[in-house]
Amino acid sequence: MTVADVAFYCFSTVTVAAGLMMTVSRNPVHSVLWLILAFLSSAGLFVLLGAEFVAMLLIIVYVGAVAVLFLFVVMMLDIDFAELKGEMAKYMPLALLVGVVILIQIGLGIGAWVEADGKMGLRAAVAPDAAQVENTRALGLLIYDKYIYLFQASGLILLVAMIGAIVLTLRHRSGLKRQDILQQMYRDPAKAMELVDVKPGQGL
Amino acid sequence: MVGLEHYLSVAAALFVIGIFGIFLNRKNVIVILMSIELILLAVNINLVAFSSFSGDLVGQVFTMFVLTVAAAEAAIGLAILVVFFRTRGTIDVEDVNVMKG
Repeated sequence: MTVADVAFYCFSTVTVAAGLMMTVSRNPVHSVLWLILAFLSSAGLFVLLGAEFVAMLLIIVYVGAVAVLFLFVVMMLDIDFAELKGEMAKYMPLALLVGVVILIQIGLGIGAWVEADGKMGLRAAVAPDAAQVENTRALGLLIYDKYIYLFQASGLILLVAMIGAIVLTLRHRSGLKRQDILQQMYRDPAKAMELVDVKPGQGL
Repeated sequence: MVGLEHYLSVAAALFVIGIFGIFLNRKNVIVILMSIELILLAVNINLVAFSSFSGDLVGQVFTMFVLTVAAAEAAIGLAILVVFFRTRGTIDVEDVNVMKG
C-alpha cells in the first residue's frame, strides 16, 4: 500500500465514522462538531482525488460558514434537546431497516455498474495535464468561460437566499427606542427648545 | 490501489448515513438539516471521484454548484427554523402544523 492508499483509508474511515457519530450523538453541539470533522476529512479525500480547489472550497464554505451557522443556531435557540432525543430508540429499527435496504440497493448498483463504450470521447471538458495547468486555473478557465451563465445563476441563488434569510428573521420589536432619521432631520430647533425665565424661588 | 469503486463506496455509506440520520432524529429539525448536508456531501464525493477518474473537469464545476445550493439551503432552512422557534417555542417536526396540514 502506498502513502496515498493509507491516507484514503484513514480519511474515508474518519468521514464515515464522523457521519455516524453525528447522527447518533445526543448533544447537537457535538453533532455539529462531528459534521465539521466529516467535512474536513472529505476535504482530504478531495485532495487525494486531485481536486484541490474544491477541497479548499469545502473547508471555507462548509466548515467556515455552514457549520458555524448550524453551531450558532444550536446555541442560540433554547431547546430541550434531551426531550427531542428521548424517542430515538423507538425509531432505531425503522431507520436501520431503511438504511440497510438503501445500502443494499446502492451496493447492487455499484456492483452492476459498467462504463460506457466511448466514455473518453463523451467528456465535456477534458482535464488538462496536472503538471502544466493546476486545478484552480483549469477550473477558472472553465467556470468563467463555458459555465458563466450557471456561475451567475448560482450567485443569484446566494443573493436570493441571503435576502430570504434576512426577511425571514427580521423583526421589529415594539417598545424599543429606535433612531428615526427623518424625524431628526425635520426637527425644528425653534419648536424643540423653549427658553423660560424662571423667577427665583418659584418653579415652572 | 484505490480505485473509483472505493470512493463510490464511501459516498454510498455517507448517503445511507444521511438517510439513517433523517429517520433516527425524526423530531429534531437541526439534525435533519445536518443529515441533508451529509447527503449532499456524498453526492459531491461521487461527482469529484468521477471527475478525477475520467479526467473530466465538469464534475468539479458541478460540485461547486451543489456547494452553493447547499449553503443557500442551510441558510434558508435555519432562518425558517429560527422563525418557527420564535412562534412555537419548539423545533419538534410533529408540531409543525401552523398551516393545518
